[in-house]
Amino acid sequence: MAVLSSRMQAPSATQLARWAVSDALVIAHRNLIVWLRVPAYIVFTVVQPVIFVLLFRYVFGGAIRVPGSGGYVDYLMPGIIAQTAAFATFATAIALAQESTKGVIDRFRAMPMARSAVLAGRLIADSVRMLIVILVIVGVGYAVGFRFHNGVLGALGMILLAEAFGVTVCCVSAFVGLAIRDEESVQAFGLIWIFPLTFVSSAFVPIATMPGWLQAFANNQPVTLVVNAMRAMALGGPVNPALWQSLAWLAGTLIVFTPLAVRSYRRVG
Amino acid sequence: MPGSSIVRRMPDAPDHAIVVEALHKSFGKVEALRGIDFSVRRATVLGMLGPNGAGKTTAVRVLTTLLLPDSGRASIEGFDVVRDAAAVRRCIGLAGQTTAIQLELTGRENLDVMGRLNHLPRARVRARAGELLERFDLIGAADRPAKTYSGGMQRRLDLAASLIGEPSVLFLDEPTTGLDPYGRLGMWEIIRELVAAGTTLLLTTQYLEEADELADTIVVVDHGRVIASGSSDQLKDRVGGDVLEFEVPDTGRLDAGVRAVVVMSDAPPHVDPQTRRVTVSVGGRGSQALVEAVRLLDSAGVETTGLSLRRPSLDDVFLAVTGHAAESEEDGATRKRRGRGPRRAD
Repeated sequence: MAVLSSRMQAPSATQLARWAVSDALVIAHRNLIVWLRVPAYIVFTVVQPVIFVLLFRYVFGGAIRVPGSGGYVDYLMPGIIAQTAAFATFATAIALAQESTKGVIDRFRAMPMARSAVLAGRLIADSVRMLIVILVIVGVGYAVGFRFHNGVLGALGMILLAEAFGVTVCCVSAFVGLAIRDEESVQAFGLIWIFPLTFVSSAFVPIATMPGWLQAFANNQPVTLVVNAMRAMALGGPVNPALWQSLAWLAGTLIVFTPLAVRSYRRVG
Repeated sequence: MPGSSIVRRMPDAPDHAIVVEALHKSFGKVEALRGIDFSVRRATVLGMLGPNGAGKTTAVRVLTTLLLPDSGRASIEGFDVVRDAAAVRRCIGLAGQTTAIQLELTGRENLDVMGRLNHLPRARVRARAGELLERFDLIGAADRPAKTYSGGMQRRLDLAASLIGEPSVLFLDEPTTGLDPYGRLGMWEIIRELVAAGTTLLLTTQYLEEADELADTIVVVDHGRVIASGSSDQLKDRVGGDVLEFEVPDTGRLDAGVRAVVVMSDAPPHVDPQTRRVTVSVGGRGSQALVEAVRLLDSAGVETTGLSLRRPSLDDVFLAVTGHAAESEEDGATRKRRGRGPRRAD
């Protein structure tokens, strides 16, 4: 009974905090191994954006006129990177939906692990995954002629903003996955909101080429602001107000969707 | 839950690992639990038996701290499942219908994850994982991804994962559903060993045979209530003696067959229109009942096959206490079909 009684002692607050961190890291590690072992996930998160880069660079690119001196590939890459980060969060929503329907989350919640670990671990793993994907796409961009024109700090700034954007969309996707909980609906719903947000923006084409009514939306939605700020940091030019406006959007989105995601996580089952 | 750091044990029922009192739980208008009471002595197996939708899984979810009850109370090893949920989670294991196994990870990696989430030291996790893989006959497959495992192997790995924190109370929610007979026997053997080693076990099942085989005490649950409880033998005694059973190959003569034997028992015969099998509870008349049945059926001109007299099974118990067969609630369509059959036993 010695083992039993020592286990029964209520853990201290410091111990609980330590477990919250270590449990989240265990889950994050587990999720990353899964990602690396499923070829389909790699294809979806890495190969698909590479195809987009090639498609826009070589197929559509010739027909798209952009302002500035760098040519279309320089214009395109910050947009593709932002879109890739947003698309990468499909996996977040799908994985959480699967885990809640299969009962994995239930099983974790019946264990003495920290309750925050499933969501926190998922976000940590997805941030790492996101960063890997962003770096891969930057590399692919370099191979097809993209160059940073604004120094190392500008390049780092662009990558960091892309990462922050991706993590924010992850929180929205986590909420969507946990709220809808059906894998196929999650996928369909993801297309409904991520596609228009990323395509009806300045990511691929200059907004001035769109019809007026669409410009109103495109000019004022967060993906455009994020892409404009990324582009300014990568290529040079005025970074603000796009940067602080993007950061305000990201902060606002996190403030709204993190509690929503946590709430739907608690409701699972 | 912030209040859960106050750890206190309930003074009552010190020899019981699970105590459940007047538990209620509704989902909207559906009353899943309508006042369930039972308790489980340490190192014994409670079999919770009932059709789909009877409330078994809801009960398990309340006891494993996954659902808050509307009213009533329950404790595990003296810890209240609501107030001391964190302490409850430190003494329970859960396996069964749900799976915590990540198919892309190997068996060993899965156990490693679960061990670390149980806050065991690394070395202890490694040792426990090795032990469990050995014991559950998974050592040869330990370093293969779990998706290459058979259904039975995955289920064993999942059970191993739920045991890595050395729980004193284990909940198995339909642990053998979907397993082949071989897998089922393997699972039964493991369950027996666990209980012999002192684990308290709550097992839910739809298989009467399984409860009969493993459980020290059985509670029969239907529509959110415990409608009967006791040992397998006690429950069988409730049926009142032996059961006479026969089939009528000619569907047109099924009614006549039922009418012929209706005088043999106070309880109406039960008819399964699909298998055309008729069962009658005939008391303690022994082989006399067989002779009587042959005479009655013969004079009614009903041809039968497989006429036999047997000790009651839990199936008969279920029929006797609920008025319907254990499997008959799986879907409404089946029930309706049965309802139109001749002399349905309710």
